[in-house]
Amino acid sequence: MADALKIRAQLRGDVADVKVLMFHPMETGLRKDPISGEIIPLHFIQRVVATHNGKTVMDAQWSQAVSKNPFINIRIRGAKPGDKVTVSWEDNKGERASIETTLD
Amino acid sequence: MRTQPSPETVSRRKLLRILALGSAYVATFAAGWLRPVHLLAAEWNKAAFDAKTLPDAVKSIGATGVSESDKIQLKAPEIAENGAIVPVEITSGIPGTQTICIFADKNPQPLVAIFDIEPGLEPFISTRIKMGESSKVRVLVKATGKFYVATQEVKVTIGGCGG
Repeated sequence: MADALKIRAQLRGDVADVKVLMFHPMETGLRKDPISGEIIPLHFIQRVVATHNGKTVMDAQWSQAVSKNPFINIRIRGAKPGDKVTVSWEDNKGERASIETTLD
Repeated sequence: MRTQPSPETVSRRKLLRILALGSAYVATFAAGWLRPVHLLAAEWNKAAFDAKTLPDAVKSIGATGVSESDKIQLKAPEIAENGAIVPVEITSGIPGTQTICIFADKNPQPLVAIFDIEPGLEPFISTRIKMGESSKVRVLVKATGKFYVATQEVKVTIGGCGG
């Protein structure tokens, strides 16, 4: 799932401003399929982890109430050019995706 | 004179080696393949996310003695035209911020997200949430073991949960 996430990181001094977009339906389990009328099952990202040079800096648990195609903006301290930032998610069906970027 | 190992000994050694290889294989299989599948979801706080009321959700997080704090900066729109996309930005000015939780008070399940802030991350989170109807957006911050809260009323024109 190479296109399951997009990441953009910008260094401002020693702080990395990281913006991540995840492509995911984030189904609440309350919506009905407009054609079949059947309930679309619950399908959402449950866990998101961000790391800086392999060290976990953010560990998030989510509900289905995070918007479709989730967006997060976080700021990592003590960052410098060449540092690696990764963001990974896992949903309630066990699907996973991850993206890595190198700061410049 | 050195005694040659009897056939029995050899077969026992062989058997032990097979057993050792077998268990190594099982260990590798379990560690390298089975475990990571559920590694992330393992610590998901089901009780808190399934809670239908705000007090139940707050209790399931383990928050007690919550006090209001003006050191939590919560930015959300006063009027959200689309409840499916409500931008929320939180900056905690409380030293030692460990966790930032977001709630939408009147959602079917009020708890939206829990962000653990590890050392190296600024106590700042910006994201987008869904709101079923107009209600308060509530941010709960855990800092050095204590709990603080800030709220903001958001008026939702079109709900963003069902449809």
